[in-house]
Amino acid sequence: MHFRHILSALGRHRIAVCLLVLEIAFSCAVVCNALFLIGTRLERMQRPTGVDERHIGQVHVRSVSATSPEAIMAQTRTDLAALRALPNVVNASIVNQTLFGHSFSASGVSLSDAPQAPTIHVTQYFGNAQLPDTLGLKLAGGRWFKLDEFVSDEQLEGEGATVPVIITRALAEHFFPGRSAVGKVIYAFGTNRIVGVVDRLVQPRDYGTAESYEYAMLFPVDLPYAQGTYLLRVKESEQRGEVIRSALHALKTDGPLRLVSPKDATTLEAARAKYYRNDRAMAWMLVGVCLLLLIVTAVGIVGLTSFWVAQRRRQIGIRRAIGATRGDILRYFQTENFLIATFGIALGMALAYGLNLLLMLHYELGHLPAWYFPVGAVTLWAISQIAVLGPALRASNVPPVVATRSV
Amino acid sequence: MFGYYFNLAMLSLKRNKVLTALMVLAIAVGIGASMTTLTVMHILSGDPLPGRSTHLYYPQVDPTPDNSYYGHHKYPLPMMDDRSAVDLWSAHRADRQALVVDSAVKVRSPDSSLPLMMLGMTSTTADFFPMFGVPFEYGSAWTPADDAGHARVAVISSNLNARLFGGKDSVGKTLRLKDSDVRIVGVLKPWRPIPRFYSVAGGIGANGQGADPYAKPEDVFTPYFTGLEINDGNFQQYTCWGNPPVPGHLENSPCVWVSLWVELGSAAKASAYRDFMANYVQQQKALGRFQQTDTRMLDLMGWLDAEHVIPSDAQLQMWLAFAFLAICLFNTVGLLLAKFLRRGGEIGVRRALGASHRAVFAQCLTEAGLIGFIGGVGGWLLTLVGLWLVRRQQTPYSDLVHMDTAMFTMTIGLAIAVSLLAGTLPALRASRIAPALQLKTL
Repeated sequence: MHFRHILSALGRHRIAVCLLVLEIAFSCAVVCNALFLIGTRLERMQRPTGVDERHIGQVHVRSVSATSPEAIMAQTRTDLAALRALPNVVNASIVNQTLFGHSFSASGVSLSDAPQAPTIHVTQYFGNAQLPDTLGLKLAGGRWFKLDEFVSDEQLEGEGATVPVIITRALAEHFFPGRSAVGKVIYAFGTNRIVGVVDRLVQPRDYGTAESYEYAMLFPVDLPYAQGTYLLRVKESEQRGEVIRSALHALKTDGPLRLVSPKDATTLEAARAKYYRNDRAMAWMLVGVCLLLLIVTAVGIVGLTSFWVAQRRRQIGIRRAIGATRGDILRYFQTENFLIATFGIALGMALAYGLNLLLMLHYELGHLPAWYFPVGAVTLWAISQIAVLGPALRASNVPPVVATRSV
Repeated sequence: MFGYYFNLAMLSLKRNKVLTALMVLAIAVGIGASMTTLTVMHILSGDPLPGRSTHLYYPQVDPTPDNSYYGHHKYPLPMMDDRSAVDLWSAHRADRQALVVDSAVKVRSPDSSLPLMMLGMTSTTADFFPMFGVPFEYGSAWTPADDAGHARVAVISSNLNARLFGGKDSVGKTLRLKDSDVRIVGVLKPWRPIPRFYSVAGGIGANGQGADPYAKPEDVFTPYFTGLEINDGNFQQYTCWGNPPVPGHLENSPCVWVSLWVELGSAAKASAYRDFMANYVQQQKALGRFQQTDTRMLDLMGWLDAEHVIPSDAQLQMWLAFAFLAICLFNTVGLLLAKFLRRGGEIGVRRALGASHRAVFAQCLTEAGLIGFIGGVGGWLLTLVGLWLVRRQQTPYSDLVHMDTAMFTMTIGLAIAVSLLAGTLPALRASRIAPALQLKTL
């Protein structure tokens, strides 16, 4: 097409063209980065936990009156038996911390018992023999705990303890890259021999670096209910609400007076939704901003192009009178817009890259992946072509007779 | 003259309603988005104790055996062990000083029919109330003698007073905390420092998502030592470098779990206190109790900053909204340029009839300002909608979000400033229109 003619015509509207180029460039930069932020949020929200979340409910019970530790332990066993006997419950267990819950239990772990050995903080799950089955954990190597390996938490933390441990595959890779971790020893509570490796289990909350999200340890500990939360595994996920209600009822009617509140009973999926609500809200906000930005940019293009069409009405008439078809006029405005958009997108790419570097300085964010650039470019080309279509069609409808009129 | 320009502007705006609507809409949306996020930031980043905060400091010492316990923090842990905290507190080297530790406690009142509740309890010392300017509805704070005597007294929040006693004066009534009876000596007026600056430390444990710095103050306040006695076994450590012998009993344990706040009236006093802390840690090192000698003492706002109390999402949203406003600005500049230049003929006639550059410029700017004002009103309405949306989200601070007079003024001011800024370039171009050329085409 007549690129040269179009360029020289644009040269007569330098300021307006610059404004349009800047507007497209800024939109491009912000939209690329916003889409990237949405992507990172969605990725974060979809991280697998290694737990069969759809089938788990949890009930937290607190004691009211002081009783002996033995009595609490006995009550815990009674509770668990009662929970397991409920209809539609596959298994019940107790754990010290729940996924997406408020508490976070961790210990320093090292590969040597020397006091100066480097330690990392790793989260720890204490639970009884039913915990792996209740959570739906998958073994990647080694074995689960044997029934005679379960201890009380005093015994776990006692002097010279040698309780076995199961760790996650990610933690095993960290400590013993490329080798089997089963049978090796780590030092967390005294000396702990690794008897098994689970495929995946994550921290209850994000803590530390991104890699450490999948570092976790499992210890064979029989907890009293006062120090843990009951977990229930249901047969069908639709029965969770019903099962939680009957569990609350069972816990309320049996045993001494305790605090059993529906507030502390929830499904794991509900806990997940609550944990990620900020991320979800942020993602939606970014989607809204992207849409508004593209609309505002399109409005700008419509406004300026309409102005140019009105200004050039006579010239269009003359071109039509000397033989240009409607298609020629339409294509002229489309090409003109394509050129402006291209300048804008080129500048926008550089701005997007700069903005990404700026965001990386202040927030925990990676590099903008290269494929966002073509996606952003195509989006803006499409938007600007759609925006220009209306004014361009109006221009193509200018009758040749306009050329003969003075105004 | 302004009145005449105003009428001309109104006429011009009416002439091309679609273009006017587009410009007003662009400004309104840009202002709405940026003012919504700015209002949230204004609320989140405000000074919880204006006028007082510069004299309040948060001392930190390092009781850990080696610095591997810092995790990813470069400074001493954000709380203290009880021994160091009580040592510094009992030295009384500051104008005022208060120990602060939070725990959850079972609460019941024999004078009320309400069932047992699990409530948050702040155990602190007498200076807490005057130091933080806490307002009382009934009664008063306990005395330093109550601190020393482990007195069984408590101050309760206005909210708890309303729930237990229907908002009546409950001074002298009894509250059962866990298994001990305490006498209520004071009831607070509604008090909601934003953020709850005196206990933000626990919040960073989980990327700022753990404890909530924008939560309401706890419902029960007891003297520090009293609280430790009656709620023994229910205290939570921030972190430990060894196992506490009895879980929940943290006195003399290898754990940090207590905060100390001090009030220092002048910079000289603050520097003297820093020297005092440095001496203290040297002395503790000589005694063999400390291995590290790092100390830090930030003032209130510095401490909130260091703890990253303001959610980074709120900051990100604000920058995004301003980028958005910038794009709306480009848009408005373009549209105004189109609008003014389209009236080249009219401007040419005015110039030919004797209007100066300045007069044409003023007229164009009046029109831009008018668009800005209408856009500002639209932006204010959109901001109200935006804040309503923020309130509907269940963020910890959503119930605090509202628009005050300052932010309202700022909304309209920002809108007019933005549109005048947007109008300057197009108005300059319009005022430079050569009259002869325009008149020829008429």
